[in-house]
Formats: sequence, C-alpha cells, structure tokens
Amino acid sequence: MAQVIETQVAVLGAGPGGYAAAFLAADLGKKVALIEAGPKPGGTCLNVGCIPSKAVLHVAKLIQDAKEAAHFGVKFGDPKIDINLVRGHWQNVVSTLSTNLGRLCDARKINFVQGIGKFTSPNTIEVEGKGTVKFEQCIIATGSSPAKPPSFNLPTDRIMDSTGALKLQDIPGKLLVVGGGYIGLELGFVYASLGSKVTVVEMTDGLLPGADRDLVVPLNRRLESIFHKIYLKTKVAKVEDTSKGIKATLEGPEVTEKEPVFDRVLVSVGRRPNTGNLGLDKAGITLDAKGFIPVDEQRRTQVPHIYAIGDVAGEPMLAHKASYEGKIAAEAILGEPSVYDVRAVPAVVFTDPEIAWCGLTENEANARGIEVKRVRFPWAGSGRAMTRKRTEGLTKLLVDPKTERILGVGIVGVDAGEMIGEAMLAIEMGASARDLAMTMHAHPTLSETIAEAAESVFGHPTHAMPKKA
Amino acid sequence: MATEVKLQALKENVEVVEVNAVKVSVGDTVTAGQALMEVQADKAALEVPAPSAGVISQILVKTGDSVKIGQSIFVIDANGSPSAAAPAAKPASAPTAAAKPSAPVPVAASKPAVTPAVAQTIALATHQDDKITPASPVVRRMARELGVELSMVPGTGRHGRISEEDIRAFVQNRGAGANGGGTGISVPALPRFEDIGPVEKQPMSAIRKATARQMNLSWSIVPHVTQNDLVDITDFENFRRSESKGPKFTITAFALKAAAVLLQEFPVFNSSVDMQNNSIIYKKYYNIGVAVDTENGLLVPVIRDVDKKSIAELAVELTSIAERARQRKLDSKDLSGGTFTITNLGGIGGTGFTPIVNYPEVAILGISRGRLEPVVYKGEITPRLMMPLSLSYDHRVIDGAAAARFTRRLAEMLENPYQLLIHA
Repeated sequence: MAQVIETQVAVLGAGPGGYAAAFLAADLGKKVALIEAGPKPGGTCLNVGCIPSKAVLHVAKLIQDAKEAAHFGVKFGDPKIDINLVRGHWQNVVSTLSTNLGRLCDARKINFVQGIGKFTSPNTIEVEGKGTVKFEQCIIATGSSPAKPPSFNLPTDRIMDSTGALKLQDIPGKLLVVGGGYIGLELGFVYASLGSKVTVVEMTDGLLPGADRDLVVPLNRRLESIFHKIYLKTKVAKVEDTSKGIKATLEGPEVTEKEPVFDRVLVSVGRRPNTGNLGLDKAGITLDAKGFIPVDEQRRTQVPHIYAIGDVAGEPMLAHKASYEGKIAAEAILGEPSVYDVRAVPAVVFTDPEIAWCGLTENEANARGIEVKRVRFPWAGSGRAMTRKRTEGLTKLLVDPKTERILGVGIVGVDAGEMIGEAMLAIEMGASARDLAMTMHAHPTLSETIAEAAESVFGHPTHAMPKKA
Repeated sequence: MATEVKLQALKENVEVVEVNAVKVSVGDTVTAGQALMEVQADKAALEVPAPSAGVISQILVKTGDSVKIGQSIFVIDANGSPSAAAPAAKPASAPTAAAKPSAPVPVAASKPAVTPAVAQTIALATHQDDKITPASPVVRRMARELGVELSMVPGTGRHGRISEEDIRAFVQNRGAGANGGGTGISVPALPRFEDIGPVEKQPMSAIRKATARQMNLSWSIVPHVTQNDLVDITDFENFRRSESKGPKFTITAFALKAAAVLLQEFPVFNSSVDMQNNSIIYKKYYNIGVAVDTENGLLVPVIRDVDKKSIAELAVELTSIAERARQRKLDSKDLSGGTFTITNLGGIGGTGFTPIVNYPEVAILGISRGRLEPVVYKGEITPRLMMPLSLSYDHRVIDGAAAARFTRRLAEMLENPYQLLIHA
C-alpha cells in the first residue's frame, strides 16, 4: 500500500494537455509518471467533450443534410433513429481512440498511474489506492468541469450537464438549453436534429457572446428554424422537478409562456477549472481570483519545478491550447527556451453552419482601439458554396491598414472549422493579404473565399461586382 | 463635469514614468497649470500640471506606481465636489485607453500637460515589440535561443518581415559591433538562481534602468582605452585650502575649468563620431557633465558653457546642481547636451578606475583620492600629495599619444594652479 513511485516528471491529468506533455517529456528522455483518475488517457476532450460531441454532431448534420436533399430532388423518409446505436457510434470512437492512446503511452514506457492524485508536498502526489508518486518536476493538467449553478442542483437526472447530455439516455420531447455558448448550441443542435423541441435561453443579448456579430447572424438565422425558441436577455429564475417534468421559470422580454415544462434541461453556462481538490496548498501554489493557477510564459507556477497547463492555467479552455502548452512545459523542463508565444488561438463552433475565428476579432479591435481594415467576402460569390446550396457563409479578414498583414480571420459557413488552419498559418507566419491572394487556391473550394477576401484588401476580387467609379 | 486627466507624453522615447510624489489630495481645488504630481522620466524629474482648473475628485495613481503615457491619472471635477466613494489609489495595471468607462474628455487629451519645450507627441503606434514584429514561429524561437530581441532585427522581407537569414546576419553583426550594432543584444536566459539558494527579485528603478541602458550602449559602441596618470596636488591643495572665503572650491570645480581649457586645446576630446558618414563632429560649446552619486542612483547633470564661467561661478553652480540632483529636482535639460564628463570618486577612495565614456561623448575623466606618497621632488625624496587621474577615451577618434598629452597637460595645470588663474 505504501508504495513509492519515483519519477523524474509527474503529469497530473491525462487529457489532451497532460498526455501531450507526458509523451513529449518521455520522447525527450525523461522518466514519466502519468496520473489519471479515469481508466485510460484522454480526459474530457476524448471521453466527454470534443470527440463524442463531434461524433453525434456528425449524425445530426447527416439528418439535416438528408432533409435538405429534398431541394435537390432526393427525398428520404423521416429518419428512424436508434438512440442506442447513435450512442454506440461515439462510444466506439472513444474506445478506439483511448485504446490507441494507452498503446502510445506504453510504447513510451510511461508509468500510467490510475487513481485520484493529490499533492502532499511540493515533491509528492498521493494517488488513491496506488501510493506516493515522488517527482522532481510536475505538470498539473487536471482540466475543468461543467459549472452548475446551485439553483439547478435538483436530485434528478433530467437536469444534465454536457456529460449527461452526451449519454443520450433518450430523445426528450422538449429540451431546455440554459446558456447560448458553443456547448449549448452544439448539443442543442444535436437534440433538435434527433427530434427534440429545443428552447435556448441566453442571458446576454446574443448567442455566442464574444464572437463577432456578423459571424453569428447566419447561424442564428438557421438555428431559428431548427430550434423551437431562442430567448435572449433571459434568465432561468427557478427550476422545479414536477411529475410532468422540469418546470422552469423564465424571465425575459420575449418570454410568452412563463413556466414551461421540459422533459430535460441541459445546463451549459461555462466551465470551472479543476483546482479545488488537488492539495495545491501542500505544494505551495495559490490560485487567482477565478480559481486558475497563475503561470509564467513557460507555464511555470510560482513553485519553480511545478508547471500548469490547459484549462487550469487560464482561458481559453480549449483542448488545442492545452496540448500546445503541454509541449511548451515539457520542453521547458528539458531546459529549452520554449515559451507560449502564439499570435492566434483558433476557436471553432461545430454547429451547422460552423463558425471559426482566430487572431484579432472585430470586437477586440474595437475594444482596444486597434485600427484595422476589414474585408468580407460573402459566400454568395462562391461557386462551391452554391453547389452545396449553402451560400449563407461569410469570410472576413482583419488586416493592418499599413502593412496589410493579416491580424484576424473569422469565417461562418459549412466546414469553416476546416478552413481556419490556413488563417492560423497566415497569422503565425506574418503573411500579408497579398501573400494570401497570391497563393493559388484550388477550384472549386470554399478556401477560395479566403483568397477573394484578401484580394479585396488591395484590389478587386474576381467574383465580386466591381465598385462603381 | 468630471474630466479624466491622462498622462501626456513628457519626453521623447519615454513611455513609462515612475510617480515620485502626488502633490494634491482628493478635494483639493487646483488651478490650470498647478503641479498635480512629480514623475521620474528616465533620469529627469518632471512635474505634471493640471490641464484645467477644478476640484480633484479622484486620484488614480500613487507614489511608486509605474504609469504609462495615456493612462488616466486624476479626475478633475470642473465645478463639483469630490465623489463620495473616491478610491485613494488604484494599482497601475497597464489599463488600455478603452478600458476606463468614466467620461474621457478629448480636451484633456489634446492639450499638452507640460511646457511645449519638453512635450513631444510620441507615436506609440510605431513602437515595435516582439508581439507585432512579423516573423514566423520558427524565426521567433531562433531569436529566443540566440538571445536576440526580435524588434531590433532589421527584417529584409516585405514590410520588415524577418527571416532566419536576417537573424543570422544580425547575430554576426552584433559580434563585429561595426556601428552601434551591439545595441540589440538581449542577454540569454539567466540560470535559475532560486534553485541554488534563496534570492529576492526587485524591479529596477527608472534611474537604474536608464543607467543600465546608457552604459550598455556606451560599452558596446565605444572601443575603450584608459590613460592613467598621477598629479602632484600638494601646492594646489595648499592654494585651494587657503581660499576660505566664498563658495566651496572643490577639486571638481577646478577640474571642470581645466577640462574646458584642454577641450579647446585638444578639440577631438570634445567631438562625436559619425560612423554613418565617416566624419567627426567637433562641438564649439563646452558643456561638462558631472557624475553625482545620489541615494536614488547615479545622475549626471550637465554644467553648460564651462569655458565662459569663472572657477567661483563653477563652484557655486556645482554645489547647487548636485543638491538639485540629490533632491530629484533635475529636469531633462539639466541632464542633456554634455560634451565631456567628469566623475570624481576621490571622496570615497581608490587608486584608479576605468570610467565608461558617456556616449556620444568621446572621453571621460575619472578622479581618485589623493594620498601622500614618497616622491623625488627637487632632488629629494619628499612626501607629496599625489592624486590619480584616469581618462577613458574612444579609440576610434582619439589615439594614445593624444590621450597621454591631454592627461599630462591636465596634471600640469593642477600641479601649478596659477596656470589655471590665467584662464579663470
């Protein structure tokens, strides 16, 4: 029982940040212990986040596409949905991926220590049922959990967080989604496509607070036809568990039915860093006001041999940010001059249409008084968008007015998430609008909209009406 | 109506200042032009006057804060009373202009808050830092590995885009130090001292930073040589001490006069080097900086037109300017425009040192403590009071023979103080 596992590097948490850090540290020659509460590596992203949600979103998009096919002269009947098989699809994906991760872990001779770990000193972590891990350096990567305001704490599984919603226990007749952020919209979209009547309640005056409004408009329009209701500037004052379902008291300017009853409620109002029960005080680490672990540009905490990455180290809480930071921390442990010095972080909302952006947003440019030139290419000018009958999209570039350097990119439209990679590369490489325009883009693809938007920075895009003299 | 007062540009290339003292309190009635606070900009202490009359309703800074140009510092109510819950001080956490919701007033922003002679609009947007310098991630990493500050590297690509070759070229040039090319050196990462033993980290004061920057610049640009000599000041000291009336005649006061005479005799010591145009600029004015040790750090106030002033006048001015330096009362004019520098460590001791030339000047005189030494004087070994001189010079324009002559002539003048009287 009192086993002591001695290691050079201990990584606490095996999500996309933790395992990326552990793998790299091992590849660079360190003896690594990877401590994880779950049975296999993967974390929120793989088990109850990015991957399962995208698996079910794929199914949802298929259902929507089949409906749209009627416009092209192909009619399918109403879908017959076997919810167990839908759930099985994502579970298969997750199981394959986590098995593979386990193999990658073993191949690197990483000591996977399964159990809940807590610091007992600046150099030891007690792992429940496994003993003490004694380390020289440590990377904290314990991630985050869905936030649940106390008013939603009723003893019923009808009130779900994102993890509960992914369980797909049934297709509720009426679903209330609390919070119009990306998690609420993605899962709301899934349930609406499966057949639920979805009501979304958002406290601010628009869906996806923080995203540029012109990108949200086309999504908003489509969601209005897919969702039953979208209530903005509205809050859920109270929820009650009744025999008929969850009775919710809604307060907002457009609310007509004051106390509707729902079969299920999804609470998606944000996520909180998992920093509360780690024994961080024993390690000598204090949290900031929001519960994050303060770190420097190498992701080092105030205890020099302990690093923190991913959701525990601050916003944005995104898997790709976590794995990027994980590699920085691993290299820092090896004494390399790596720092988190990115010029853009991509964000993707996997609804249909998708919204993706990176670098400077228009909101941010306005708030910080940064002068930018904004160019937009509406997808009505894209042949590829027309072939798919999805011309509601928009590609927007924010460029430095003097140097025409790309500072930010925002895209709304089908497959926007797949297009943001080019934008990321452009920003990191310091490319100018002319660089993008002079890079040949395959025809006919949606990526051409980036080149055409870039052309309009300094001249005339081929597929836009010329400006009158 | 409440007017938010923002810190205006005070001095060229100064973006952050330190607050020395806040001179008003909440509730005070101020007139336009009245000093609100005193700040330290590089080495100069400057006053920030009120842009308009009114009542101070909020003070947003406190002594010791670092304040950025454009940051809000006070709220003045033109006709009102102080707001009830006025916070005494807020931490200066680099707020952006747009982050403050309280009424910004364009009038205050467009009015220079200091005398036009000093106030210069600084185009902050042109300030380059690594975040906006165009370079790919690989190039940025390479710069970090080589300890290169990216914004110092001239990019050869379109709109200054920096390539790997640019970094390599920059590193090679900085090794050669051809023409001030060494200024971009940023030192590689320090070892982690805290892993070795307990440490304490303290931010540099504004004066320390300015000194570090200037010394770094001088050291990397100027090829230094130091000429040492000894001057017999026995007679001089008798003469000096006999003068009990009038101002305090220090060695430095005499050295100032002697230097001014010699700078006219040896014009190259009063020059600057222009490597860009392969020319030497001879200055026809003789402003000499005097290093003053203050509790806040080293300051070098400049005494102007030394050639036109008597030793008595110089002695008076020296005393007053040193005092103002200690009280942090120097303005930027007091600290600029020097053509030569004297640094006298004799009050502390030592037998010699290597002063660093105060670029773009080309020479600096160091003085150490005089002491009795056995000297062959008039054929006999006699105790004489000998004072070491250390003249550091820029070997690009001054050769060893010239420096030896300059130092010897200086010694002769101090050995025979009556010579000086001819010029005084």
